[in-house]
Amino acid sequence: MSQSTVDVPPKGGFSFDLCKRNDMLTQKGLKAPSFLKTGTTIVGLIFKDGVILGADTRATEGPIVADKNCEKIHYMAPNIYCCGAGTAADTEAVTDMVSSQLRLHRYQTGRDSRVITALTLLKKHLFSYQGHVSAALVLGGVDITGPHLHTIYPHGSTDTLPFATMGSGSLAAMSVFEAKYKEGLTRDEGIKLVAESICSGIFNDLGSGSNVDICVITKGNKEYLRNYMEPNPRTYVSSKGYSFTKKTEVLLLH
Amino acid sequence: MTTFSVPIDNGDSMKIAEEESQRTLYPYVTGTSIVAIKYKDGVLMASDMGGSYGSTLRYKNIERVKAIGKHSLLGASGEISDFQEILRYLDELTLNDNMWDDGNSLGPKEIHNYLTRVMYNRRNKFNPLWNTLVLGGVKNGKSYLGMVSMIGVSFEDDHVATGFGNHLARPILRDEWHADLSFEDGVKLLEKCMRVLLYRDRSAINKLQIAKITEEGVTVSQPYSLKTYWEFSSFHNPTAGAAGSW
Repeated sequence: MSQSTVDVPPKGGFSFDLCKRNDMLTQKGLKAPSFLKTGTTIVGLIFKDGVILGADTRATEGPIVADKNCEKIHYMAPNIYCCGAGTAADTEAVTDMVSSQLRLHRYQTGRDSRVITALTLLKKHLFSYQGHVSAALVLGGVDITGPHLHTIYPHGSTDTLPFATMGSGSLAAMSVFEAKYKEGLTRDEGIKLVAESICSGIFNDLGSGSNVDICVITKGNKEYLRNYMEPNPRTYVSSKGYSFTKKTEVLLLH
Repeated sequence: MTTFSVPIDNGDSMKIAEEESQRTLYPYVTGTSIVAIKYKDGVLMASDMGGSYGSTLRYKNIERVKAIGKHSLLGASGEISDFQEILRYLDELTLNDNMWDDGNSLGPKEIHNYLTRVMYNRRNKFNPLWNTLVLGGVKNGKSYLGMVSMIGVSFEDDHVATGFGNHLARPILRDEWHADLSFEDGVKLLEKCMRVLLYRDRSAINKLQIAKITEEGVTVSQPYSLKTYWEFSSFHNPTAGAAGSW
């Protein structure tokens, strides 16, 4: 019985063939390459005049810190920002893509982007990839209908919350929020609480570390405070420098 | 000749040859976190009273913190039947110690050491007691607080938490614990941790006990519940401004 393989054009939608192949390979013992993940603490909260987003700055590749000072708060629109946890490439690509889509939409409609537009575009994309795009996001912004804060999970489900945390440090950060959040915080109180919760993630979670980034979005205004806090400075620098005495090198002639 | 009765498990090493069905493989009825701190006069330990059977909340009146002898408090999370077994071992231990009738009694450090040995030896035989134990006590004016896990990891600290408490309560304790807390401040701190656990741990219930141990002895409070807050405006109308979404 002859089997002729005909190349059937894809019917559209995500093809899961490579996923089956990857599963088969791991069962046979192949170690999958590790991804650059952003082990991470990302948070957002709604305060009196808008939304404050916060993130740590450590990107890990397994047990190694690959980037000590990466940017996890991504631009979506002048009034909307998005923090990303999970696989760094996925969060970067998906937020970039939706940011471009929002811009085109702004040109077409002549209006400012709304947060639920970004939300719907992101969740549609993530759901169609059935969780294989490993991006967990905290989306926040202020539009004509008011301040909004949402979390988006890799499989495409979303929540609308007054305060939210995601990433490996989310429990440490959430414990600070659950203990100290109240409604109607002022800008300074909100920033202090966000910084406190990110620090809780930085110091209590191994996947998070380095510095605190903060983004404050209010009606008609946004402030991106890169490296708002640097609680892990390099404290010891040898004054002697690293010069070795002249006879240190040994030349082998054979 | 005096003999000590130390519980050892000989049955298992003989049976390994035949079949391995006599080992603990998974826990069945489990208790969730324990949170404990040292304070001015001794040690405070908080736990809820729930015993979960998988995802069912089966038992709502389990005391997971018990007094041991005159000087110690033992709290356990994990398999409840193994906790009851440990209490039996400690009963035998304290009974035998009493029989010396020399006025000495086992302090928290000794009990902690004994428990570490028991847990580690069981783990080495691949038949663990599926618990994380918290041992607190006061003897001769010195307070002691330590923890032993089911694989035998044991250490002492000023504040400990088990299970989910590791992730949710530890950050709060690391930030806000300081030496010489008063009793009221200590209880407030523990309640803060227990409240976060109640919000965010699915197996926690709103019925907790706080146990106190000082030089004078042990007091275990009556069960009570914490006040919770659900009045955020976002919770009242989560889809405001985004009609049709969820």
